Amino acid sequence: MVSPESQTASVNEVLRVEGMSVASPRLRLVHEIFFTLQRGDRVGLIGESGCGKSLTALSLLGLLPEGVRASGSAVFGESKLDLLGASEKQLAQLRGREIAMVFQEPMSALNPTMPVGKQVAEVLRIHRTVTNRKAADAEAVRLLDQVRLPDPARAARAYVHQLSGGQRQRVVLAIAMANRPSLLVCDEPTTALDVTVQAQMLELIAGGVTENDSSLLFITHDLAVVSNICQRVIVMYGGRAVESGDIEAVFRRPRHPYTHGLLAASDLSAVDEHGGLPTIPGSVPAAGQFPEGCVFRNRCQRADDACLSEPRLTAHEAGSVACWHPLLENKA
Amino acid sequence: MSAAAPISTVRAAAGTRSGRRRLSPTLWTGATLVALVLLAATISYVWTPYDPVAIDASSRLLGPSAAHWLGTDALGRDVFSRIIVGARTTMFVGVIAVGVGASLGIPLGVFAAMSGRFGSETIMRVVDIMLAFPALLLAILFSAVWGAGTLTAMLAIGIAVAPAFARLVRAGTLQVMSTEYVLAARVAGKRELTIAGRHVLPNITTMLIVQASVAYATAVLAEAGLSYLGLGTPPPTPSWGRILQEAQTVLFSDPLLSLWPAAAIAVAVLGFNLLGDGLRDRFDPQLDDRR
Amino acid sequence: MLWLITRLLSRMAILFGTIVVASIILFTLLAVLPGNPAQVALGVNASPAALKQTMAEFGTDRPLVIQYLSWFGNFLHGSFGRSYLTHAAIGPQIADRAQVTATLVLLGTAVAIVVAVPLGVAAAVMHRKKVGTLLSGITQFGMAIPSFIAAILLIDIFAVRLHWLPSGGWTPPGTDIGMFLRQISLPVLSLGLIEAALLSRYVRSATLNVLREDYMRTARAKGLTLGRAFLRHGVRNVAIPVVTVLGLEVAALLVGAIIIESVFVMPGLGGLLLDSVSNRDLLLVQGIVMILLVAVLVVNFITDAVYLLIDPRLRSRT
Repeated sequence: MVSPESQTASVNEVLRVEGMSVASPRLRLVHEIFFTLQRGDRVGLIGESGCGKSLTALSLLGLLPEGVRASGSAVFGESKLDLLGASEKQLAQLRGREIAMVFQEPMSALNPTMPVGKQVAEVLRIHRTVTNRKAADAEAVRLLDQVRLPDPARAARAYVHQLSGGQRQRVVLAIAMANRPSLLVCDEPTTALDVTVQAQMLELIAGGVTENDSSLLFITHDLAVVSNICQRVIVMYGGRAVESGDIEAVFRRPRHPYTHGLLAASDLSAVDEHGGLPTIPGSVPAAGQFPEGCVFRNRCQRADDACLSEPRLTAHEAGSVACWHPLLENKA
Repeated sequence: MSAAAPISTVRAAAGTRSGRRRLSPTLWTGATLVALVLLAATISYVWTPYDPVAIDASSRLLGPSAAHWLGTDALGRDVFSRIIVGARTTMFVGVIAVGVGASLGIPLGVFAAMSGRFGSETIMRVVDIMLAFPALLLAILFSAVWGAGTLTAMLAIGIAVAPAFARLVRAGTLQVMSTEYVLAARVAGKRELTIAGRHVLPNITTMLIVQASVAYATAVLAEAGLSYLGLGTPPPTPSWGRILQEAQTVLFSDPLLSLWPAAAIAVAVLGFNLLGDGLRDRFDPQLDDRR
Repeated sequence: MLWLITRLLSRMAILFGTIVVASIILFTLLAVLPGNPAQVALGVNASPAALKQTMAEFGTDRPLVIQYLSWFGNFLHGSFGRSYLTHAAIGPQIADRAQVTATLVLLGTAVAIVVAVPLGVAAAVMHRKKVGTLLSGITQFGMAIPSFIAAILLIDIFAVRLHWLPSGGWTPPGTDIGMFLRQISLPVLSLGLIEAALLSRYVRSATLNVLREDYMRTARAKGLTLGRAFLRHGVRNVAIPVVTVLGLEVAALLVGAIIIESVFVMPGLGGLLLDSVSNRDLLLVQGIVMILLVAVLVVNFITDAVYLLIDPRLRSRT
């Protein structure tokens, strides 16, 4: 039965991901992810490379590479369409309008033989937000202005190779935000940018999301960036969600040993007696070579026989964690 | 630290790497076809069912039979004998032409790589112009000057394939010259030519073999075209191109006759092309331009 | 627009320079021939006086450099001189024949493009399935067959056995368009289909590369289906390498046309070239080859110009 409370909750619910797994014919890459996004939520998906965060994002848009498939469910929007089971035609209607994505590589994300303004105008005309060509071009200039490109009218006529990385990424953002999507997915949008440009980009993303009342799924490995822009965070390792919760709670009081290790490794002031920075022992295994049971157990100091079976994501008062021996206090 | 790494792992895991390595079907097929032609040529020196140039007016245009495996032509000559003897011309012209091409092209390429910027650029410009000049046209031109014939053909084709060798060798030389162990050798005072000989050539050998195979295919094609036009090996020596031309004159009487020389030419060209492709895949699987 | 004009002008200068160099090489090559055109024309028993007079007529008594300059100068005016053998003006002969060859090459190229593009794209899209491998094999095979062999095979099937199409000949389209089309079908198909085999492999390769590009993924993320994303964003980027190949193939196409003209007994430049070669009519040979070289160089110039239009990245480079 659907209660009135959960009905209201449903209306505000933008995305409900349940048991999502991503696999290739030979390997399991992402395993049973659960999370929910309400309207206006800003959730970060963090972890090191190889943890499956990009694949999670790509699955939502149906843009997985050849041979890779997603299973489970990802129910989206008011129409409650399951993105993972939707047809290409249904997905094409949503992409660029209800769901938008900003990718990591600004250098290659845009067509080199088409002026940038046309590429922005295109997304408006595909979804018939603006049908008239001239009006679309004008709106494109306005959108480029919104992402603070200097001299937007000239920028619109420019080609991709004439723009810097930061400028290209802003164009990609303009395209993503053009139709006011309910969900914006960003896959490491600032990683390839200079540090000085990063802050500006984050500001634009945050601003755009607030203005449109969109939900944000922000993927990154950079803890500073994610704490800047997100309210909640999901920590991924080995294709699994190992911890989630409000950012303050998770960062100040991590419960999963991996999260703790991650935070410690990012703390440049925490130098030990040898003058070395803290690290997590061992290294991230290649895909398909994670241990059975708890994926982190071969690098965890708290591991024991209980960890031979896989822990499920269990809720606690400030979030949830998937660990048999979660950290109860703020110590190793 | 980017998301690109796991994605490529994913792609590899999904088995999306294109092409096959090592002993690919391409390589095998190519090698077999080439071996076939080589075999035919070799056998023809030892034995042919009939004398390939013996005219027998009473046996004109007979179809394939136990006596004449591929039938006879308009002058009563046994087609099978003519074809396998024709293989000799094909192989021979190919070897000489590729030899000429390599002898001209390789030193030119090394020289171009060793000379300064200006010299190198000028040479390569000329090479580029020559690269666009088809072997057949050059051969026709040479025929005008020196008369048609096997020698002219081989020379012309050789000159036509030389630029490709020059280009390859220059690129390979430049690349090897900038590697560290060569720089070390130069610092140690070794002479440039010694370096070229000892370090460069072994490394570009594989690419040279591939190029030789491709050049051979070009040579076979050019020679066939020339013979067809009457400018290649003069009669009575059988040559596939001319056998084809002769067969065409009686096309309406005997449609099957043209098939044999056509198939022979196709087999040879296909064989060398596939061999080249297969070797290229084997030696350098990253070279993926036309697949 | 200024960049376009300056770029084209500099390319034209290079084009002219290359033509000059090519003409020098050609002239030198043919001038090396031992013997004397006047002697060849008049025969062994010619008197010295007659020889001298003929040489003056031909202009072969002048120093080589002068001969070259005179010839090349006339060439630029469109005058090719008169044949040493027949005394007929060379220019008009070439013009007549060139029409035939040009028609053959143009139509052949058109057929090649029309066949290769869908074939290549299909091969790319289906490259992991059996059909894709089959297509790849067929094109590989097609590339190995010289066009004149394909021509003979086609004649064998369509003219000899089925009697659908004639086995050769040429009728100007103005005279009888029906006959023109029937006679030109097999030659154009032979040239075009074999060229299509090669071209489609490049189309396939370029399509595969484009499909893997990030901007295709962005296009889909905007809401375009794969097909429309390819049409709007992919085609232009596929066209670039394809135009390259076409430019490189022009010489091969011309040579193929020369042989095909022989197969189908068409009155084109090929036939004229071969005749003049066997007659040792050197001035004629010179003229024809010069025209062929210029044609190739001009086509390369045009493809370069097309590049500048298609690929905006070339515009800022020097």
